[in-house]
Order: sequence, then C-alpha cells, then structure tokens
Amino acid sequence: MYSRVYKAIVSAPPLLWVGVFLLLPYALMFAHSFWTVRDGMLVHQWNLRNYQTLLLNPVYTGVLFRTMRIAASVTLLSLLLGYPLAYYLSFHAGPRKELLYQLVIVPLWVSYLVRGYAWKTILGSTGVLNGFLQYLHITHEPVGYLLYSPFSVVLMLTHIYTPFVFLPIYAALEHIPRPLVEASQDLGAKPRSTFFRIILPLSMPGLLAGATFAFVLSLGDFLAPLLVGGPSGTMIANIVQSLFGAAYDWPLGASISVCILIITVSLLFLTERLEKRWSFE
Amino acid sequence: MSASASSSPQAAPGAGAPLLEVRGVAKRFGAREVLKSISLDIAAGEFLTLLGESGSGKTTLLRLIAGFEQPTAGEIRMGGERLDTLPPYKRRVNTVFQHYALFPHLNVRDNVAYGLRVKGTPKNEIGGRVDEALRMVKMSEYADARPSRLSGGQQQRVALARALVNRPQLLLLDEPLSALDANLRKEMQSELKALQREVGITFLFVTHDQEEAMALSDRIALLRDGTLEQVASPREIYACPATAYTARFIGQTSLLRGEVRGGVATCGALRWPISGSDGAALFSLRPEAISLAADGAAPPDAVHFRGVIRQQIYGGSSELLEVDCGNNQILRVRIPAYRPLSGEHEFVFTAADAIRVRE
Repeated sequence: MYSRVYKAIVSAPPLLWVGVFLLLPYALMFAHSFWTVRDGMLVHQWNLRNYQTLLLNPVYTGVLFRTMRIAASVTLLSLLLGYPLAYYLSFHAGPRKELLYQLVIVPLWVSYLVRGYAWKTILGSTGVLNGFLQYLHITHEPVGYLLYSPFSVVLMLTHIYTPFVFLPIYAALEHIPRPLVEASQDLGAKPRSTFFRIILPLSMPGLLAGATFAFVLSLGDFLAPLLVGGPSGTMIANIVQSLFGAAYDWPLGASISVCILIITVSLLFLTERLEKRWSFE
Repeated sequence: MSASASSSPQAAPGAGAPLLEVRGVAKRFGAREVLKSISLDIAAGEFLTLLGESGSGKTTLLRLIAGFEQPTAGEIRMGGERLDTLPPYKRRVNTVFQHYALFPHLNVRDNVAYGLRVKGTPKNEIGGRVDEALRMVKMSEYADARPSRLSGGQQQRVALARALVNRPQLLLLDEPLSALDANLRKEMQSELKALQREVGITFLFVTHDQEEAMALSDRIALLRDGTLEQVASPREIYACPATAYTARFIGQTSLLRGEVRGGVATCGALRWPISGSDGAALFSLRPEAISLAADGAAPPDAVHFRGVIRQQIYGGSSELLEVDCGNNQILRVRIPAYRPLSGEHEFVFTAADAIRVRE
C-alpha cells in the first residue's frame, strides 16, 4: 500500500495539468457563452442571447448544418474507401501486406498544409485536373466548382481522414481469429455470407471508432475550408475563428463552441455505447 | 504365426465403396513437404483416427479434406465424386475445430443454427433440429448464452452440435479434446464415442494422444513425417506393429536387435525358433508379454532367459521392471503387482509375442 502523501504527490501533476489546461478553459468557455459584448467591450452579464442568436440566425444554423453534412459525407466516403482497403490488406494482400500498410500510413507524415496546397494545385481553375480535362476535350473551359466548394472540402478531408478510418478497422479485422472465417465456410456459408454474418459484425467496433474519428475531426476542421472551401465551403470552425478574431465577439464564439462540444460529446457517448454492444470478449 | 507383422493397411473394413478416398495426396508449403503421397480409404460409419506427433502432417490432411488447403498432388473423392476441387462451403463435411471457433457475437442457439441458416433451410425446420442437436450434447439449458460465458467443455459440446446439426457425411475433429483437462477429456471421450454410434456419422479424428486414439477408434492411421506408417485397428496396431516407430509410439515396448539364421532368432543372450527370411532383424517385445518364470507352467514354445533386475517401478496394480539380460541388453517387463525384487531371476515369454518389425 502506498501512503496518502505519496499518492497525492504522484497524482498532483496530471490533475494539475487537466485542471489548468482542460477544465479551466472549458469553464471559461462556458462562462463566456453566457456573457455579452457591448461597444467592443466584454460585459460579464449573464444572459441567453448568444444561444438565441445562434438558433434563430439562419447564417449560423445554415453553416452548422452544412458542417454536419460535410462531416457525414467525409465519414461515409472514408468508410467506403477505408473499409475495403483494410479488408483487402487483412485478408487478401498476402506477402504485400507490410508494404501496402506502410503506403497507407505514409501520407500521415506529410504536413496537413502541404496536402491542402496540393489539392489547390490539382483542383484550381488553372490546375492540373482542369488542364487535363480540357486537354482531353471533355470540358472546354475550367470547371469552377472543383475548387472553393463543399465538394473540394469533402474531397480534401476524405483524403486526410481515410487513414484514420483505415487504422482502427484494419486492427479490428486483424483481430478476428481466422478459424472463425474457416468455420463459417465449413458450415456452408458462401464468401458473401461469411462477410456479412461474421466479418462485418466482428469488425464493427473498429468501424465505429473509425467513423467517430472521421466525423469528429471533420466537424471541428477549419484549415480545409480555409484552403479549399471558399465562401460556399465555410464550416462552423471558421465562424468560431472569425468571431474570436476579426469580429471580436467571444461570447457568441464560445456559445457555438459549446454547441459543437455538446454534439461531439453526445456522439462519443453514443458510439461508446454501440461499441460496448458490439464487443464480445 | 509369423513374427513379422503383415496386414493390408489401406483396405477399410466393411463391404461396398469407401465414403472417402484419398489418392496419392501430397502437400508442400514452400520447400517443406508436409504430406508425401498419402493414400487412405475411410468407410461409411467408421471412426478413424489420424495419429501422429506434431508436424507429422495430420492436421494438414484434415485441412485438405475440409477444403482450407489445396493438395499439391493427388485427389480426394467422397462418395465417388471429386472433393478436392470444391470450395469448403460446398463440401458435405463439417469440422470441429481445435479451439472450437464458436462465433463470439452469436448465442449458443444461433451458433448451432448457423449452418442451416446460411444454406437456406426452411425456418420451421431449423428450430427443431437445433433443439435436437443441443439436447444430444446436453446443452439445451445454455441455448441463450454467449460462448464467452461457457467453460471449455461446454464450448466443445456446442461446437459438436454446430457441426452435427448439418448431418454431414463426414465429421472432421481436429484435436477437439486437447484443450480440456484430463478428467473432462476422459469423460468427453466416452461421450464422443457414444455420440458417434448414435448418429452413425463417419468420424475422422486427429490427435497426438495414442491412448485417446486407442480408446476411440475403429482404425488408427499413424502418420510420420508426412507418410502413413501403418493403418490398422487399435488391437492390431498394438499387437502387430509393422515398424519400430509404430511399436514405440503406441504403448511401451523393448526393441531387440539381432539376426535370423536357419530358423533361429538370436538377439544377444536370447534365442528362439522362428520362421522367416534370414538376415538382420528387429523385434518388438511388449513388457506384459514377459513374465517371471516361477509364475506357473510355461507353454511349449516358451523362451526362457535369466536377467538381473536394474530398476523396479511400482504402479499400483502392476510393476514395471527393467531387466538386464547381459551385454547391457535391457528388457522392460510388466508383471502384476508382486513384491520388491532384486538380483537375478528367470523370465519367460512366448516366441510368437516377439514381433519382427521394420526399421
């Protein structure tokens, strides 16, 4: 048994860290969301006006819904890309498995900004893709909506978060004991049946973890819309950023942050419940 | 009776065409030849055991029959039809896996119903067949439990029910009892045997435990380094081992090296009359074939010898003696529990019990 003093000393630094860098900022954020700004000055007066603005102003609700739509699209697309990739690597890649795994991971080492600018070069009106399309005479003038649109934001975020979706799914698939797959075949299940009855349910925790990553990270992303989003691709985090910066309306920004936080936390809570339901050990 | 064992190892007992025919099957993994031209017939309703040390190829042969591996050469037929060209899900073969391989996300009932469901069996038929299978393995009361809540023995029963409910023509069992503790294993052995008689399905059983093989099988196929060493009934393989390896692997034995000349076998100090070809010879002599000479009247073809007792191991109902009969030739002798012995004694065995074996 450790003494009380020892326990206190050992647990003090992490508790202090959590307190100063997590709980205190959250408390400040909550407090700010109930304050207000008057004549460019922060006024410590408790009120619900920020939340009213947020719920009633169509600009904010519009961007919030767009953000959720983008995050959902990114989640769906990176699942559609990441799951088959992870499945192929885990079950059919054979000796190429290690190499392919590294190839999937490598993009994670490339800076986010570099990848953003790369997409700009590809999608821009004088970019690589438009040049190629015109060269092939598929289009006769640059296609405008490739860049600075929700489309380009979804594309870039999908590119960035697919490895995050791939990793937990791959880990879950690798975890499935192969005799279970053999047992399924042995009992007369065709490959399709084996996939939907055994492999997919058993990889569900990984799938949920990957989907949560993609959704939550996309939801709070502000660099992709900044780089390739344009006005029609603005996301909620950009609004928060401008409210804290140029607009100097910290209380409204804080109330939006609280909203995002509530969405994120309830989502995490939900997926944790689901993951528990799908784990069998 | 000839001292050299002879049997027709490949022929399955019973009349009619065999259920499963393995013809010249070989399997190599890279440079490693795991199976070298195996030929074996299994009769319908038979309990055949593939016995061998780890690495002998017994599990590989089972996996070839189940369809999880493809043979490098040869063919497998079931009921006269080619089996080795079919994918596993089209074979009327079911497997009980070594570590059960129960589906962790399904309860016991759904595990057992799995095979029937994926094959599109009518719904009203599934319930009854699953209940019957669970009753057969005495697991009805656990129908709603998840596999992780069951003990090893219970999981084993569910795995059996899951395979048997499909009424396969052939049931493959891959060391199904090896993960159970000794007492449970004995219990499951007798249940397994009773179950096989009840359902009348052909069992192909893989084990490395020779006692288990003896207790369960109609015939034992002994594998060694990817080849069949001997295929025979437990009694025959014990009484007449064809090779020194078989004699040593199944039960205890003393191997006597010597020669046969002019109808007389000579192994060190021991000599006995024998019919058979002249030349160097190797004999297997079971410990229980030898007895103390004082123990009553010896039969006419008895072979007597004198030996010094080097070691006596008491085993309750019997004792095992290590007897030195000169020139460091040690024979193992099993006699009914007697009394502490020492010094030189006279022993006797019947010439017919010394089985001439190949190297």
